Amino acid sequence: MADIATHDTDHATDHGHHSSTGLSNNKLAMWLFLGSECLLFGGLISTYMLYRGRVQNGPHSSQIYDIPFTSVSSFVLLMSSLTMVLAVSSAQRKDDAKTNLWLVITALLGATFIGGQVYEFTTFYREGLGFTTSLFGSSFYALTGFHGVHVSVGVIMLLSLMGIIKKGKITGDKAEVVELIGLYWHFVDIVWIIIFTLVYLIPS
Amino acid sequence: MTTVTEKHADAHEHGMSDAGYIKIAIILAAITGLEVSTYYVNFGPLFMPALLTMMVVKFVMVVSYFMHLKFDSKIFSFLFYVGLGLAIFVYCMALATFKFFIA
Repeated sequence: MADIATHDTDHATDHGHHSSTGLSNNKLAMWLFLGSECLLFGGLISTYMLYRGRVQNGPHSSQIYDIPFTSVSSFVLLMSSLTMVLAVSSAQRKDDAKTNLWLVITALLGATFIGGQVYEFTTFYREGLGFTTSLFGSSFYALTGFHGVHVSVGVIMLLSLMGIIKKGKITGDKAEVVELIGLYWHFVDIVWIIIFTLVYLIPS
Repeated sequence: MTTVTEKHADAHEHGMSDAGYIKIAIILAAITGLEVSTYYVNFGPLFMPALLTMMVVKFVMVVSYFMHLKFDSKIFSFLFYVGLGLAIFVYCMALATFKFFIA
């Protein structure tokens, strides 16, 4: 009985605060946040869908989209989801070295995606599509720009997490912290899955 | 005591093996390849349904396996899918108001 009581105390220390459901408050909060993020991106995606054909000035989407380039970017982001889940898996096995390795690779893949987006935006701007050129341009930059900001925040979170792990500053369940950032990262990936299909592959 | 220890171990093992994750990633990459092929190959009337189906399959696979919703508590699934469902409903209604779905 005493063993069980001790174990329960250890368990609570390991996993931080739990709700009355027995689930982690942190995970509940993250899922709730991701659910609300669906509404944000839903608004941006539907606005783009509505305005994608509204071009009075500047180029149309079919004139500027570089599908092979964006396909490679999509593949890079998709593979970053794999490396992220491998980081979570390593963290659950308490393998700090591999966790850090997969986190570095994930951050690099995320940075590559952002680099590709900066290149794409620069190219589009040079080809005549500014933020205020047309409703298509405004909605395109707002949607993909918001997504890019989310990826950038994810990269910063990954780099911060690596620093915190190295300094040993995580007092609770390390695997859960990695998993929470992983959830955010995968969310960014699923949003891109939708954007890639609806924005790039389906013509206006 | 053993039961408590096993439960603790199980809590850390929600998910799949690394090999399983790699298999999922290969399937996702293959579907992405198929999606891109629709840009070059004429799929005719199947173009739109095929693209949307592949998008949904990829989405569900990432959410279920990489985000562990398939193995985690149903409460997490509820929170996420309610948000997603609400977003789809609200914005489909908004788009319908603007006669988006009328060709």
